Amino acid sequence: MTTPFMFEKPLGLRDTLPAVQSILNKIKQECHTEVEKWGYDFMATPALEYDDTVGRVSAITNNQLFKLLDRQGHTVVLRPDMTAPIARVAASGLKEHPLPLRLAYTAALFRAQQNEGGRPSEFEQIGAELIGDVTPYGDAEMIGLMVKLLKLSGLENISIAVGHIGFVDALLKDVAPDQDCVNKLKNFLYEKNDVGFKEYTSSLKLSKDNRKRLLTFVESRRCDNQETLAAIQELLPQPYGQKVYQDATELLRLLKVYGVSDMIDLDVTLVSHLSYYTGFVFEGYGGNGGFAVCSGGRYDELLAKFDRPAPATGFGIRLDRLMEAVGFVSKESYSTKTAVIFSPEHYAEAYYTATKMRSEGEAVVLQEQTGIADLKTYTKGFDRVLFYTENSKS
Amino acid sequence: MSETLTIAMPKGRIFEEAADLLKKAGYELPVEIEKSRKLILTEELTGFRIILAKPMDVPTYVEHGVADLGIAGKDVLLEEKRDVYEVLDLGISVCRLAVATLPDLKPDPVMPKIATKYPHVASRFFREQGEQVEIITLNGSIELAPLIGLADRIVDIVSTGRTLKENGLVETEKLADITSRLIINPVSYRLKKNKIDAMIKSLSAVVEGNAYAMDRKR
Repeated sequence: MTTPFMFEKPLGLRDTLPAVQSILNKIKQECHTEVEKWGYDFMATPALEYDDTVGRVSAITNNQLFKLLDRQGHTVVLRPDMTAPIARVAASGLKEHPLPLRLAYTAALFRAQQNEGGRPSEFEQIGAELIGDVTPYGDAEMIGLMVKLLKLSGLENISIAVGHIGFVDALLKDVAPDQDCVNKLKNFLYEKNDVGFKEYTSSLKLSKDNRKRLLTFVESRRCDNQETLAAIQELLPQPYGQKVYQDATELLRLLKVYGVSDMIDLDVTLVSHLSYYTGFVFEGYGGNGGFAVCSGGRYDELLAKFDRPAPATGFGIRLDRLMEAVGFVSKESYSTKTAVIFSPEHYAEAYYTATKMRSEGEAVVLQEQTGIADLKTYTKGFDRVLFYTENSKS
Repeated sequence: MSETLTIAMPKGRIFEEAADLLKKAGYELPVEIEKSRKLILTEELTGFRIILAKPMDVPTYVEHGVADLGIAGKDVLLEEKRDVYEVLDLGISVCRLAVATLPDLKPDPVMPKIATKYPHVASRFFREQGEQVEIITLNGSIELAPLIGLADRIVDIVSTGRTLKENGLVETEKLADITSRLIINPVSYRLKKNKIDAMIKSLSAVVEGNAYAMDRKR
């Protein structure tokens, strides 16, 4: 490798300049306050985790993990998601804490990018996890809270796709002749490849009825919520299918109470990750970005891997994508600031003024006049400028 | 709400067939489109906008959401692996991805070389075969490579086989059947569901009516 330019950063990593950071902070602050109002406790975990623990169970594929060796020679990873670390804490540090647990975080996550160098490898996410609640009330709370945060940040035209991984697994297992076929079919769903799914279905030796079930299933994305519910009930007549039908009906009813049911698009073909999710999964979209801004779902088996079996559900909002989707330029940027410019003889006077204004909640810059290279351009960045100098006093 | 759908269409060979399909599905294209050199055309009446893009770039436009949907060859989708919905086999621009070589050429025993426009697809294919090869990426005239000794085989799309024949090459293995697909940005799909579903529906009807596409399904 050639020597990097002095201003260069490792691939996929970026600086956030003050103008953007101030908007980001505002969104974060609002979300933080709201999540606390819902009774969630914020917590933090280390950026580095063992590959054998958190790395192994994470939802992110192996080749997207940043891996390093620690001083003892163990492989460690930069955390690729927060769900696994929080599960680890819930099963260790908070082991004695009664369930359900309501935990939240804002954290930087790291995922190595395969395609273009410009995509971020590090991004901030705000999220919440509800551990110990197995009911659709838990799922509804996650979606309700997530939508609330999206609305607070000013995202318009919100839409939430809701699927159910347990249903997908059960249906594919019931129809496909072996596990290999199940995995292949599921992978087509993950890759959003309907054409491949249908072609592969036609190539399998299936009964006419089973073939029709798979095709009806993949076509059900185009159905409205009521039709999808009917499809769930019909496609999987076994008790599990009926349970999913009841849960989904209940979830839609609860989301109506939250006042968000018109944003919900029930879509059982949604497979957003190939990982620990077991039940309802969801993805949120809106505004003018090309990518989903948030996602989440139920992961009832993850906690067991850390020896505290418990049902759980959670979500995460990607702040970089949210900013893009909201269109941060349209939002009000710089906070208002005052400059107090002084000459040495008036220092005490200027200092007292600044202190008084700061205690009243204003943002004040205190600057000695000879330190300013060009007074005219410098003061342009301020709402108000006060002079405590010889000229202004005389 | 009157929302505009933006469609990324491939310039060149595939364009006419794709435009024809859209026309049959009831989406009238602007008349000047074929003669014009403009890259963006807005059709006021039907409420959609057309971007003319290089075929290889169509999935990129769609993945980033600057186009809601697009028409792209399966060869490009295999190579680019973009996060988009692939909802419909349009059954047009039928061809295949294949390996071709000079009939009497002995492959280099140390490190066989493969010239291609599809480095990811080719390298995946030979890896799956357990064969170690060196992939050489070219941007066009792939058939030239074996003739001048740059590579001993090529991976490229073949439709009639005429180009191969005229350059004295023979097809040895097929990697995949290729047709054009309708692809959709995952976010647009959710936010403009009604319009997009209507388009999928009318295009499906046209495709199913197409006897050739029917035959391919057998």
